[in-house]
Amino acid sequence: MNGVRPAQRDPAWTGRVGLLLTAAVLLWPLLVATEFKPWLLLDADAARVTGHFLASFLPPAMSPEFLWLVAAGTWRTVAMATAGITLGLLLAVPLTLVATRALSVSALSGRMAALPLVVRQAARGLLIVLRSVPELVWALVFVRVVGLGPAAGVLAIALTYGGMLGKVYAEILESGDAQVTQTLLRNGASRLQAFTYGLLPQNAAELTSYTVYRWECAIRSSVVLGFVGAGGLGQLMDGSMKMFAGGEVLTLLLVFVALVALADRLSAALRRALG
Amino acid sequence: MKLVLQGVAARHATAQRRAADALQGLSFSIGEGEAVAVIGPSGAGKTTLLEVLACARPPALGTLAVGGQPPWQLPRHALQQLRGRLILVPQVPPLPPRQRVVTAVLAGRLPSWSLWTSLRSLFYPVDIPAADEALEVFELADKLFERVDRLSGGERQRVGLARALVSPARLWLVDEPLSALDPARAQRAVAALVREARARGVTLVASLHQVDAALAHFPRVLGLREGRLLFDLPAAQVTPDLLARLYAQHEDELHGAPPADDTPVPAAPVAMQCR
Repeated sequence: MNGVRPAQRDPAWTGRVGLLLTAAVLLWPLLVATEFKPWLLLDADAARVTGHFLASFLPPAMSPEFLWLVAAGTWRTVAMATAGITLGLLLAVPLTLVATRALSVSALSGRMAALPLVVRQAARGLLIVLRSVPELVWALVFVRVVGLGPAAGVLAIALTYGGMLGKVYAEILESGDAQVTQTLLRNGASRLQAFTYGLLPQNAAELTSYTVYRWECAIRSSVVLGFVGAGGLGQLMDGSMKMFAGGEVLTLLLVFVALVALADRLSAALRRALG
Repeated sequence: MKLVLQGVAARHATAQRRAADALQGLSFSIGEGEAVAVIGPSGAGKTTLLEVLACARPPALGTLAVGGQPPWQLPRHALQQLRGRLILVPQVPPLPPRQRVVTAVLAGRLPSWSLWTSLRSLFYPVDIPAADEALEVFELADKLFERVDRLSGGERQRVGLARALVSPARLWLVDEPLSALDPARAQRAVAALVREARARGVTLVASLHQVDAALAHFPRVLGLREGRLLFDLPAAQVTPDLLARLYAQHEDELHGAPPADDTPVPAAPVAMQCR
């Protein structure tokens, strides 16, 4: 700092250092509370156990019987995710249309009227409730109602993902340029007409790629739901872990990677087609 | 459609709380089937006036009758029906990217279509001949199945005008329809607009930057300055002296034609949100 005239010193600097120090002070109790001790990973005993576990992964299990099981499990998992997302869409799309401000006729001339405001807030509240309960909890509830099996997983994914999709759809629709939809509404089009001729073509690519991303998340979720008895790859994984069959775990992980990569390619292709 | 204004004052769309009104004490009436040009320097309130006439924004003071009805005392459903009988063509054409020209033009029909017809028209355009005819008027017939984001600024503006031609509206409110056209095209476009309005017996109100075009094609001219009506005269009685007073301190707008921006608009990249 020597030799720098005071006028050339960045006045924002002290504020930044202060902010960093405050963040560090606030984070410390959080790390203590979560028992965050990374050095345990480097402990000799722990490293040996981890090493053995990882070494048992190789080679991946490739026996025809097991691959056949994996194929069936994959099919079930993808089916569960897809059915769940589709049901979720049936829930999310109407709620989005109700919740989004961009389709308000009364808000065109300034402030939204009281009744539409209440209805919009109610739709948003419903979306919050749906997605604030984790799919695992919904699944545990539904396993008691419909019994063990993929049906519980499908219903769990539908409810949680319906809530997430509805919220983000509404945000996507509101974040874009409002002028197109506003003009249609101002010229006497109905809300659904304004949606199909204005909002939808404007936001199609983003809505699609978000939906595919959520489908990818649903595949991961359905794996987790398999651990609580919803079937599919998760149940296989549960079994392999309990029997310490590392090779089988590695095969299953490779299948997950392939599925996520597939969803990624699909999303890119759809975005290109719609862009 | 007949328009009657008495002592109308209104605020600009983005006005601050204590800003002066964009329109003050406007009183005039426009008869069925009349063609009126609104001229005046930038910031005179031309756009706000058109928005008030389009029932898009309630006047702060005074009374407004559109087609014999007071729009802001109607129930919301009746107001939306009244909006369906007029069309406001904004200066920036409201075209979502990726929409095709035929769909964008036929969107003018939405107020007279049922939801089912509007959805059907997205699969296969319902009235291609009408769209083609409207585009022909503005020399765009070869662009019928193009995507709107592949058009130049001037072409997009004319697509917006073609939308008015197919709409069921009896009142056309056109905001700066020539701002992105080159001078020769602008003359032909404004002549076509006035001719079509007269042929259909539609009331036409257009705000214009080009004083010569307004005087040449419109029988009646309103001069707006700082939100007040400076003159309301047949075009033949608008003297250079009046124009000099209308454009005092804005002489460059009176003499210089606005820059013609006829280069293709590059499609905006789709913003990605990761959630």
